[in-house]
Amino acid sequence: MGYIAIIGRFVLEFFAASGRLSLFTWHSTAAVFAPPVYLREIIRQVIFIGYFSLPVVALTSFFTGGVLALQIYYGGNQLNSEAIVSTIVALGITRELGPVLGGLMVAGRVSAAIAAEIGTMRVTEQIDALTTLSTDPFKYLVAPRLIAATLCMPVLAFFADIIGVMGGFVVGTQSLDFNSAIYVQRTVNFLELDDITSGLIKAAVFGFIIALMGCYHGYNSRGGAQGVGRATTNAVVTASILILMANYIMTSLFFTA
Amino acid sequence: MKKENRIEVSGLQKSFAGKEVLRGVDLEIPVGTSLVIIGGSGSGKSVLLKHILGLLRADAGSIKIDGEEISKFSRRQRKHVDQRIGMLFQNGALFDSMPVWKNVAFAQIQANNLSAEEARQIAKDSLAMVELGEDILDLFPAALSGGTHKRIGLARAISYRPDIIFFDEPTTGLDPIMTDVINHLIVQCVKELGATTMTITHDMSSVRAIADKTALLYKGQIIWHGYRDELETADNPYLRQFMLGLPEGPIEVEGAVA
Repeated sequence: MGYIAIIGRFVLEFFAASGRLSLFTWHSTAAVFAPPVYLREIIRQVIFIGYFSLPVVALTSFFTGGVLALQIYYGGNQLNSEAIVSTIVALGITRELGPVLGGLMVAGRVSAAIAAEIGTMRVTEQIDALTTLSTDPFKYLVAPRLIAATLCMPVLAFFADIIGVMGGFVVGTQSLDFNSAIYVQRTVNFLELDDITSGLIKAAVFGFIIALMGCYHGYNSRGGAQGVGRATTNAVVTASILILMANYIMTSLFFTA
Repeated sequence: MKKENRIEVSGLQKSFAGKEVLRGVDLEIPVGTSLVIIGGSGSGKSVLLKHILGLLRADAGSIKIDGEEISKFSRRQRKHVDQRIGMLFQNGALFDSMPVWKNVAFAQIQANNLSAEEARQIAKDSLAMVELGEDILDLFPAALSGGTHKRIGLARAISYRPDIIFFDEPTTGLDPIMTDVINHLIVQCVKELGATTMTITHDMSSVRAIADKTALLYKGQIIWHGYRDELETADNPYLRQFMLGLPEGPIEVEGAVA
């Protein structure tokens, strides 16, 4: 009986949490499309989420491209198919690793920061103050972050694509002795526009998830500094898991036909 | 002649996870009156205030402002009410990311799309009412003391000249001198604006300085109310225990071993 009660409580809590998140997502999305638009806040978030995430995403992507080239080369070497290095690096980076690893890195940086900022505002009554000053916190706090993250992530993913392919190129030509002209030619020949656009669409969805999780956990944080710390951790963990889940679903949709 | 009620609360009830926090609160605040609600920690003071501010939704009961029932209003429906209400939060609740002038003129910037110059002028005027100079206009809250936070919070609460003002523990955490300063500023600002106010506190010096009327909230119910002059003479045992700060009496002390 005890186990059944535990399972029952878990199931009820799961559905309650799903309901809370769905309502929050609905209110947040509605706030994005309803006036007023806080342009100054959006620009502030674009700078924070987009501009300041660029170095992290660039470094991650460069080294991922390089490692990918090395691994494909050593794996392909056993099958005498080293020539596929440039093609696989380009496809791997643009379709998956650019947006996914970029998304995970930004989730670590941005979700945590959003949850900490909004969580602190919650526990210090700043969100209540906004409400009493006739300002909707969803429009003022949540919507600008959602808009900025959804717009910035594809741009970051695009840079990640370029820098990741460059990482593969540098390792391929400097360390694995590929001819640079042939490397570039094979990259360009096998890469299609859909490979890039699918990655950018994924990145936009990841951006939405990153901001949503940061806002959701921050907005619902309770219990002082400890509550804010918990919100920060939960934001990063749930954003990362949802990014990986969403990636699987979108990959199934884009590449199975 | 009896003044009309600006705020009327009747039968207000609220429970959290099965625990009754408000158990049928009734109170009336006539126009231009300063009501101070006293009560120990966990008595339901802040929850009552959050209901009037529309931050919480009651399980039962009604809240009226100038006769208009507002307890079921959505945020949008009560916008005209919110524009008449100023609120000083316990720790000021200043926005960390903004300088003082933006904090003070925040409501007007949002509502009227003011230029920076106009907003700064509003902030200067409001800061002058709480006896603060313009030298702090460009400072951020992190650089200011707790007492200054409260004064800026008060300046923000009165910046749009509301006719209803709420004060949540306005002197908590302040030294006696700053407590006196804040009490004096509250009385002065309220007088200047002719506002109706409700203050929540457990600081008896604030009660004596601010109140026209006082109500004692205990376990989610108003168990005594009267004019300030009646405080010293009332023989209500709950009130006497609270005012004298006695550990023994009808008020159960939170966490005390029975």
